[in-house]
Amino acid sequence: MDAQIKAALVCLVIIFVVGCGQTVDPNEPSGFVQIKGSDTIVNAVQKVSEEFMKDYPYVFVAVTGGGTGVGIASLISKTCDVASASREMKPKEIQIANQRGVFPKEFVVAHDGIAVIVNKDNPVNKLTIGDLHKIFTGKAANWKEFGGKNLRIVTLSREVSSGTHIYFKEEVIQLGKKDTSQEFSAQTLLLTSSQTIVEEVVTNEAAIGYLGMGYVSERIKALLLAKGEQFYPPDVENVIKKTYPLSRPLYFYTNGEPTGAAKLFIDFALSPKGQEQFRETGFVPVGATIAQKD
Amino acid sequence: MPRRISEYIIESLIKFSGLLVIILVFLLFLFLLKDSLSLFGVYPLGKFLFGRSWLPISEPPRFGVIPLFLGSLYVTVGAIIICVPVGVASAMFIAEVAPKSLKLVLKSLVEILASIPSVVLGFIGIVWLGPALRNVLGLTTGMCGLTGSLLLAFMALPTIITIAEDALVSVPRSYKEAAFGLGATRWQTLWRIILPCASSGIIAGVMLGIGRVIGETMVAMMVTGNSPVIPKSILQPLRTLTATIAGEMGEAVSGSEHYFALFAVGLVLFVITFIINFIADAFLRRARK
Repeated sequence: MDAQIKAALVCLVIIFVVGCGQTVDPNEPSGFVQIKGSDTIVNAVQKVSEEFMKDYPYVFVAVTGGGTGVGIASLISKTCDVASASREMKPKEIQIANQRGVFPKEFVVAHDGIAVIVNKDNPVNKLTIGDLHKIFTGKAANWKEFGGKNLRIVTLSREVSSGTHIYFKEEVIQLGKKDTSQEFSAQTLLLTSSQTIVEEVVTNEAAIGYLGMGYVSERIKALLLAKGEQFYPPDVENVIKKTYPLSRPLYFYTNGEPTGAAKLFIDFALSPKGQEQFRETGFVPVGATIAQKD
Repeated sequence: MPRRISEYIIESLIKFSGLLVIILVFLLFLFLLKDSLSLFGVYPLGKFLFGRSWLPISEPPRFGVIPLFLGSLYVTVGAIIICVPVGVASAMFIAEVAPKSLKLVLKSLVEILASIPSVVLGFIGIVWLGPALRNVLGLTTGMCGLTGSLLLAFMALPTIITIAEDALVSVPRSYKEAAFGLGATRWQTLWRIILPCASSGIIAGVMLGIGRVIGETMVAMMVTGNSPVIPKSILQPLRTLTATIAGEMGEAVSGSEHYFALFAVGLVLFVITFIINFIADAFLRRARK
């Protein structure tokens, strides 16, 4: 009996030692980076981290989504090394962070356009930001007013944990924070993911929603938007030229100046190789010009 | 002697398990209460309970629980209206009418119904039930209270059927025989004798089903549209208490007003389910007497 237990113990110890026995080359950097935050770029960050781990095999990177708010909340409570975000940190969040001894440093890692989408059978092709404002605040209720069919407009939005929700609210609902008392119409459907918005738009002729332009597909129609006279489609070119009115930077936040593995990761994400991964997943690289576009 | 010791050990273990549950529930309540009270330090209780708008990320934020409470109420009442008659009728059929072979099949099918994950039902709601309701009823969107009610009724059915069926079966056989002896028909016996005798158990099953409907989160979040509006009809999008907590908890920075407000919503939900379970328990106890 005793011998058996001993044998079992020895086996366990061997398994344990062998399992952990990955030898680390002392000349290579090693460590662990935890990244949390925006659902918008979670796939892109995952791709960057896979490439990164090919170059630095002894650094382990873990990527989780949950929404921008989740990432920032976890940066403040020091449970992640890098928070990814589809909006800027709010002054109130920075204040809470400072109180807890966290001093966020911001990096712009890519740009993204927000597409406004409708059903393919909807005859409306273009809207101005003013029209969008009227639609999403509930001041305009029928597609007839914009040259469409006689249908009540159904507005779709993401939940409040989404950075995209907050960006859209600031730019369209509050017209660039000019009037912060404006709100989404209470009739607006708050859906839990970009994919749910796509599904509702595909089946509902009266629906209008917004999402990152990476989600635009053949099944839905993205509207041309205008801030002034000219209308522009949501594509890489117009996001780079900043002519498309709804585009925003995507961020990484760290606690203070990043060090060690986290610094390596951020440097990699901003390097041409890292930026290429963002481009491949449907985002616009930082500092990209039209010439670079393929 | 050793027998006594082992008995003592087992007895104290059982006692400990029982007490543990009570302590856990009590601690849970205290935990919710503590964080909710932190909200009422900075946000008045009256404005929370009677506020008519839920705008958690606005400046200044507004945490009026009325739209969420009404959202939950509409969805739940809708679900009850649908599932109680259907559930009780199927329990009556399984307990008294169905032949034995069919009875066994039906009982196991009901159990399978109980094991369908709510995400799957929510998905069916988004892709099929919602659009179907929109087309049939001519609604602006299929993401509305009724879609939620229908799916939640579906989820509550197994609870109601199982408990109601148990109650119907446990009505003493002699009652039935006496009724038949007096010349009552099968329907008269079932409707006038067995059903009233089993009513306490049936009501308990219904209450537990309601508890399940109110607490269900995933389906509500996926199909009801989550608009924080004061609903005028079950055919419009609405937002339930549970969907609010699930949808916003990730974003709320721990220790912020919003975070505490969600705990307060949780407390409201806890109180509602506590009352429902309490009523169900009272009926169950009466049924046993």
